[in-house]
Amino acid sequence: MQKTKIAAEIVMQPKGRPAGLQGKWELFVKDMKRDKHLFVLLAPYMVLFLLFTVLPVIISIFFSFTHFNMLEFPSWVGWENYSKLLWNDDVFLIGLKNTLIFAVITGPVSYIACFVFAWLINELNPKVRAFMTLVFFAPSISGNVFFIWQIIFSSDSYGIMNGFLMKIGIIYEPVQWLQDPQYMLAIIILVQLWLSLGTSFLAFIAGLQTVDRTLYEAGAVDGVKNRWQELWFITLPSMRPQLMFGAVIQITASLAVADVAMALAGFPSVQYGAHTIVTHLVDYGTIRFEMGYASAIATVLFILMLGSNLAVQKLLKRVGE
Amino acid sequence: MKLALRLNKKVNRSWQVDALLFLVLGLFGAFMVIPLIYVINNAFKPLDELFIFPPTLFVRNATLENFSDLFQVMKNSWVPFSRYIFNTVFITAVGTAGHILLASAAAYPLAKHKFRGHKTMFTIIVLSLMFSPHVTAIPNYMIMSTLGWIDSYQAVIIPAFAYPLGLYLMKQFMEQIPDALLEAAKIDGANEYRIFWQIVMPLVKPAWLTLLILMMQMLWGTDGGSFIYSEQLKTMHYAMGQIIQGGIARAGVGAAVAVIMMSVPIVTFVLSQSNVIQTMASSGMKD
Repeated sequence: MQKTKIAAEIVMQPKGRPAGLQGKWELFVKDMKRDKHLFVLLAPYMVLFLLFTVLPVIISIFFSFTHFNMLEFPSWVGWENYSKLLWNDDVFLIGLKNTLIFAVITGPVSYIACFVFAWLINELNPKVRAFMTLVFFAPSISGNVFFIWQIIFSSDSYGIMNGFLMKIGIIYEPVQWLQDPQYMLAIIILVQLWLSLGTSFLAFIAGLQTVDRTLYEAGAVDGVKNRWQELWFITLPSMRPQLMFGAVIQITASLAVADVAMALAGFPSVQYGAHTIVTHLVDYGTIRFEMGYASAIATVLFILMLGSNLAVQKLLKRVGE
Repeated sequence: MKLALRLNKKVNRSWQVDALLFLVLGLFGAFMVIPLIYVINNAFKPLDELFIFPPTLFVRNATLENFSDLFQVMKNSWVPFSRYIFNTVFITAVGTAGHILLASAAAYPLAKHKFRGHKTMFTIIVLSLMFSPHVTAIPNYMIMSTLGWIDSYQAVIIPAFAYPLGLYLMKQFMEQIPDALLEAAKIDGANEYRIFWQIVMPLVKPAWLTLLILMMQMLWGTDGGSFIYSEQLKTMHYAMGQIIQGGIARAGVGAAVAVIMMSVPIVTFVLSQSNVIQTMASSGMKD
């Protein structure tokens, strides 16, 4: 009996009060020894994660205060890059404006689309459900097949859209869809939405299948009248964790529009009609090699992404409280 | 009795609204799938059909010409097309296998043990989901050039090992494993490595498949980014881009490559769908 008590005390020790700095250190060493196997398991991943994700963020913030071209030694310039970016770089402001337009439209629309389609698909029987899941998920997993939209919106009359509109007589000559800044943004938003039913869509489908069925029965007894009330009072609150996860994925993706814009509208696009923060970053980072300035762009993007994510998380936490 | 009947049916569903909603679902489903059907049909169209005005969606006289042309075109190129295929398959296979192994190994302690710093570590992982790899592209280039990895496979493969989304999903899924199971193994004298390898890993098979799908989404479509310059190290996605650059004369061949490219991830997803959904059920973010 006595023995087990002592053993229990030893196990309990990390939670006990350490005696001064010396005690804290000993406790630390003891904890480390106890958990050394866990750290061995963690180490390979964590080392690479620190090297390729955490360290780059720190480097990026540091270099954003320097002038650096990869050849000369970096020189400290303080806030110069940022002031140039925000007050003297009209192209950046176009990119910022376009990024925000993309994000404000594709972010919420794709998020709601992910949920609504997942919700409708969930009502189907399992076989049809699996098929429809594939239909909606296929574009996002097909890799870079979005180039097909380049052919659909091709500027000659062989393009599907031009051919179709000419045939039914809405237009009489081909429209330069991807060269005209008037249409560029809308088409990229469309393609971005086409690609956006990805990870969060799957998370929502999975979340809907795990909602406790008895809640619906209880709800019916408590006077839930129709499917909309059911959705609002039962389904959405039960899915809050998945909704928060999905929000992170969609927000991050909607602020990172670049690949689609560059592939469809060209780089640089006509009159910078499809220029975004990321394409601006690509321009300075991989073409002009102004690494200090590019780092400032990356840091602005980082703050924008992290800030909007944290703000939305806060908002979603309040839903239903 | 009346109440019971109503409960067996779903709560007050009017068939009109049902019909409307499923019409909406069908329309958007068509929007999603028609471009893919179009590209598949283009891959089998003979040259004259590719340039009919007005353009047609479906092929009339299907042919495999475009696929044989593809290998013809690529035989004459500097690097044989099979090399691009090999590069893509190699990068995807090694990157995915390494990622699943490393992410699972790191997810197990985070999911099932409390140790110094476990909360901080997981918070950083969650925060890193909140920005895209574009943010870190420039410093990563500097790191790669310091390591001397520019223009090598590892520049694409090794960072993929530590992709945060995989660890996040794996950790959330592992949390469901009952503690009693692990306790029992410990009493039987298994150490942490054996518990991880022989008990936890077999239980999280659905999550492996999910990570496989996610990595495939990322690596199968990679063009090597700014890290790879040598032609013989470039990927299928890059080759596809080159063919499409060839303009409308190569439209059919371009579609053929696209079909080859998209079929692999789609088939993988079809085979693993139920496992992926099972994993995603635990993806939620707790406060």
